[in-house]
Amino acid sequence: MANLASNFIGIKSPNPFWLASAPPTDKKVNVERAFEAGWGGVVWKTLGSEGPPVVNVSGPRYGAIWGADRRLLGLNNIELITDRPLEVNLQEIKEVKRKWRDRALIISLMVPCDEESWKDILKRIEDTEADGVELNFGCPHGMAERGMGSAVGQVPEYIEMVTRWVKQYSRMPCIVKLTPNITDIRKPAEAAKRGGADAVSLINTINSITSVDLDDFAPEPTIDGKGTHGGYCGPAVKPIALNMVAEIARSPATAGLPISGIGGVTTWRDAAEFMALGAGNVQVCTAAMTYGFKVVQEMISGLSDYMDRKGFADTSELVGRAVPNVTDWQYLNLNYVTKAHISQDDCIKCGRCYIACEDTSHQAIEMTADRTFKVKDEECVACNLCVNVCPVENCITMVEMPKGEVDPRTGRAVSDYANWTQHPNNPSVRAAE
Amino acid sequence: MSNSQLTPGIVPGRLPAAAYAENFADHEPPLDRHEARVAADRCYFCHDAPCMTACPTSIDIPLFIRQIATGTPEAAARTILGQNILGGMCARVCPTEQLCEEVCVREVAEGKPVEIGRLQRYATDTLMATGVHPFTRAASTGKRVAVVGAGPAGLACAHRLAMKGHDVVILERKPKSGGLNEYGIATYKTTNNFAQAEVSWLLKIGGIEVRHGVTLGKDVALADLLAEYDAVFLGIGLAGVNALRAAGEDLEGVRPAVEFIADLRQTENRATLPVGRDVVVIGGGMTAVDAAVQSKLLGAENVTIVYRRGKEKMSASSYEQEHATQTGVRIIYGAAPLRVVGGDKAEAVEFVYTEDGPEGLKLSSEGFTLKADQVFKAIGQTLVGAPEGIALAGGKLPRHPAEKLWCGGDCAEGGEDLTVTAVAEGRDAAEDIHAALMGQAG
Repeated sequence: MANLASNFIGIKSPNPFWLASAPPTDKKVNVERAFEAGWGGVVWKTLGSEGPPVVNVSGPRYGAIWGADRRLLGLNNIELITDRPLEVNLQEIKEVKRKWRDRALIISLMVPCDEESWKDILKRIEDTEADGVELNFGCPHGMAERGMGSAVGQVPEYIEMVTRWVKQYSRMPCIVKLTPNITDIRKPAEAAKRGGADAVSLINTINSITSVDLDDFAPEPTIDGKGTHGGYCGPAVKPIALNMVAEIARSPATAGLPISGIGGVTTWRDAAEFMALGAGNVQVCTAAMTYGFKVVQEMISGLSDYMDRKGFADTSELVGRAVPNVTDWQYLNLNYVTKAHISQDDCIKCGRCYIACEDTSHQAIEMTADRTFKVKDEECVACNLCVNVCPVENCITMVEMPKGEVDPRTGRAVSDYANWTQHPNNPSVRAAE
Repeated sequence: MSNSQLTPGIVPGRLPAAAYAENFADHEPPLDRHEARVAADRCYFCHDAPCMTACPTSIDIPLFIRQIATGTPEAAARTILGQNILGGMCARVCPTEQLCEEVCVREVAEGKPVEIGRLQRYATDTLMATGVHPFTRAASTGKRVAVVGAGPAGLACAHRLAMKGHDVVILERKPKSGGLNEYGIATYKTTNNFAQAEVSWLLKIGGIEVRHGVTLGKDVALADLLAEYDAVFLGIGLAGVNALRAAGEDLEGVRPAVEFIADLRQTENRATLPVGRDVVVIGGGMTAVDAAVQSKLLGAENVTIVYRRGKEKMSASSYEQEHATQTGVRIIYGAAPLRVVGGDKAEAVEFVYTEDGPEGLKLSSEGFTLKADQVFKAIGQTLVGAPEGIALAGGKLPRHPAEKLWCGGDCAEGGEDLTVTAVAEGRDAAEDIHAALMGQAG
């Protein structure tokens, strides 16, 4: 059985599955339930400065989108950082860490953007024996309007400055949590690195309105007839998060910077994908909020079985394995030719491939009177839409044309690797001539 | 009453009073909103969908299911009803397992089709519950059309004609409208007096007058109708019942299954309906199944359907056959009745096994006897009361036998004897009549 034990920036946990800083990690009772269920670590819900705690709304805090059977696909929240007194949180963190020494316990922090505030909070958490801190530069609602959260995360200079203070006033490992509500995720990651961060974690939630009540004409979730943008998370955001993780993992400026992957991790497979794209571990929230803490058990067995199948003894063998294969469009092989192939044995004759291709693509599928569907190689550009809309997995596949064979669409033989930077149609290639 | 399932003879009240309501409740309860959404999500929205092709009324099934999936069941209902104004009843009684659902790609792929019938019922019930009739009449054409028969074909024809702006008079021999929807369908398929509710809702279009108790050939002659109206549509169904042609057919206790089914539909209190202890149903269609199942539900101890050919030739679908056997009905295939045995009353039926060969059905020398105090004949209905002077084709009326005269539904040639087919024929005849009346090419 593969070893799932994780060592992330020196923080050890029995598995790479942590609960993200969020509602499930706000209290001792929740965190202990999570540890009992098997979670490897927890990032305690964000603490603020000493003083009267923040106040949350008492109307709905969450909005959601669903599939047909109410499968939750995306969740949005407008909850702020912890609304419990700082002392209560610190006491509970201390108690939990003493009881659960083998688990990772990280404290998420968000205080005003001045040196004294950070110096003060770091001093207060020192004797909790927590394993590290995570700087919440991502929260996109409420706190951002007060100059914290994503308001800091959107300004690389602030990230660098605050990270530097944290490293100066604390010996704890420091993870900087990034907001995706930004144009280029590499910039804040670089800033965190410059400030001395030990790692970045991403993504925090995405600015969102989940839906609009078409009778009251108010955004959801609606508080007394009004709504505000909340932070979007859950399975729907995973592709966005994967890309941002990969961008940081493959950027020369940040390559090697440890990443804690967050964003829609729901199953072991999601976790493995984040790790393959460079995440040293993953953080989970929505899956736990949807199904309860027990979901970690499927993640543990699934990842372990997968690693066994692949012959990976340690998670480090998986981490980053797909990063070299993430490239820019211009380096893709323009001489790689595939054609869609429909397995007649598997085809259930729904005709979705046909109508999708006929109406919206390249008219490359023919349909006979007895509902047989066949690809016209001379028209097929291999766009993959038929594969994507086919309800039967692996019924339509993309078959690579061997080198030397003539593509009936272009009349050209399949030749060796060549990309856009070498293509005669590329103006910059011609300019260089 | 102190009767039980074991009381000999044909007697009422074999069951405790409470059992009747339970036995005759909706046998496939309606989907609720969430169930409908989930069921609708299974539809792949096929291109040129096979289900739509299989539907005799060509309802755009993928479209209406998508309309349900997006939370607009009323729009779904309009899609259905625009093609089939009796879509509510068809959702309940169509043998979907032999039509749309049989060819559903998910049936082919997984053996579990999209529940098209139940989804159709969800949509039509939702719309009808609002009390709104979604169609309006075109400007009056001044043309008048007589429709004979207020069954599915006649109602569909009348509605389409009224919608086109013609004035319609329906002549119906029975006291209620609906035809087989009212008199010929098992009670548990159409509960809560649905057939009458549907007719009332249909008539909200306006422009349709229904005259009950008028029999063609007796109270009114076809020639008079043709003289008085601009066009006539005959949807008179099949009022006759085929004879067993077996000895003892006249004994007390032997009767047509359709009468029994009609009694069941019209009774106020099912506990008062007499049923035999040992019931034998002869036939292989939906009528046989409906009579057998309902005999069982009324408390008969032993109910047996005997069909002269094999299982695969039985016109009741395998779904219907399963429903019968699950209710406790025994089905014997490949046996034909020789004689009904008894003094004044039926006591038993003698059968011989048949052999279905290339030269047709042959009787073998082996046989058996079934105890029977009640025998239902369900071996098909025949056309009676057809107007004289019209040459029948295969025992049925031609679809357009004369100028100004159209026929449709079970009485007319072509198609299967299904509610949905009758609706399609009535609707299409209305389109032809409209074209003829308005001087367009038919």
